Amino acid sequence: MSPDISPIVLFFASIFTSNILLANFLGMCSFISISKDMNSSNGLGMAVTAVLTITAAINWVVINYILIPFDLLYLRYIVFIVVIAATVQILEMLIDRLSPSLYMALGIFLPLITVNCAILGVSLFIEIRKYTFIQTLFYAFGAGLGWWLAIMLLSAIQKKIANAPVPAGLKGPGITLITIGFMAMAFIGFSGMLIVQ
Amino acid sequence: MSILKENLWENNPVFVQILGICSTLAVTNNLTNTFIMTVALIFVTAFSSLTVSLLKEYIPKKVRMIIQTLIIAFYVIFVDILLRAYLPNISKALGPYVGLIITNCIIMGRAEAFAQSNPPILSFWDGFTSGLGYMWVLMIIAFFREFLGFGTLFGISVAPSGFTTWTIMIMAPSAFFLLGTLIWISKTIMLKKEVK
Repeated sequence: MSPDISPIVLFFASIFTSNILLANFLGMCSFISISKDMNSSNGLGMAVTAVLTITAAINWVVINYILIPFDLLYLRYIVFIVVIAATVQILEMLIDRLSPSLYMALGIFLPLITVNCAILGVSLFIEIRKYTFIQTLFYAFGAGLGWWLAIMLLSAIQKKIANAPVPAGLKGPGITLITIGFMAMAFIGFSGMLIVQ
Repeated sequence: MSILKENLWENNPVFVQILGICSTLAVTNNLTNTFIMTVALIFVTAFSSLTVSLLKEYIPKKVRMIIQTLIIAFYVIFVDILLRAYLPNISKALGPYVGLIITNCIIMGRAEAFAQSNPPILSFWDGFTSGLGYMWVLMIIAFFREFLGFGTLFGISVAPSGFTTWTIMIMAPSAFFLLGTLIWISKTIMLKKEVK
């Protein structure tokens, strides 16, 4: 049943042409509020990539070995949310033990991730598109990297915008959204090369 | 009544608070889908605000986030099953975005900021009007995207013959441009009012 796409193609497509943020509009809330600061963007991007890959892998196993055999697919939203919340919690404790400096760097961003729509979105996509386990891994990791790349680019652009003469009404979220629009156009420009559905 | 005005304009969840634009911008290239999606969102916001407000004394502070999420997820599953049964085509077109209502920050935001400390009926009304404030903004965006992108409104062709459709309107960037422009216009109007 799974679509016949090479994992490598899926990986690059999820970074560029099907960027989880610019093409699927996922993870916008934290994206817009955090992107003013480069260090925070970096920390958040790293955390999103890690959580995204881990939860997608766990959710794939849950879908295929628990939800489908027992005919419980309608419970998937609740199950996914619980898996995501639990993963974030465990990851937080592990990082705190193993690397306090990384824990300090990530700080408040880890708990925030629970409500990041990109994480839940990727899990729902892998369920709808019926990816295999390997495809899921490549897709989720690529999607995380794509999100990370987008937030880093935007925070770099925001630094320049801060000194630009923007009309008063457009300042803040307005100009940010229009900038994201231009970024989305640039990313979609790759779509002649890679298509993923 | 003041809550209505506040949620529709002065404190509009989309314009002013920039919340919940994540999942739903994706469905704004079509008025029908946008309408169904926003109705679903209004339903979920209103009822989860009501539920959170009813249960607020029984929820321990420490685990309230996860309980709120579960309450929201419950209503979303309800909506999802209804859509699947009665509107299977639209349910297919919306795809994963119905499920993503769960992580829509507006709902969580209203539950945290309002329902937590207000009586049930008032919270219901607050959730309902927040949803309306969200709806009208998205309907405007969907109107422009569908009209310019396909030359149709609610799937009915209205454009004059020979009208060239704008392919960009169907693609993702246009949603960002339109929302950015709308925020620009609304903020300019608000700033002018402040000066007066």
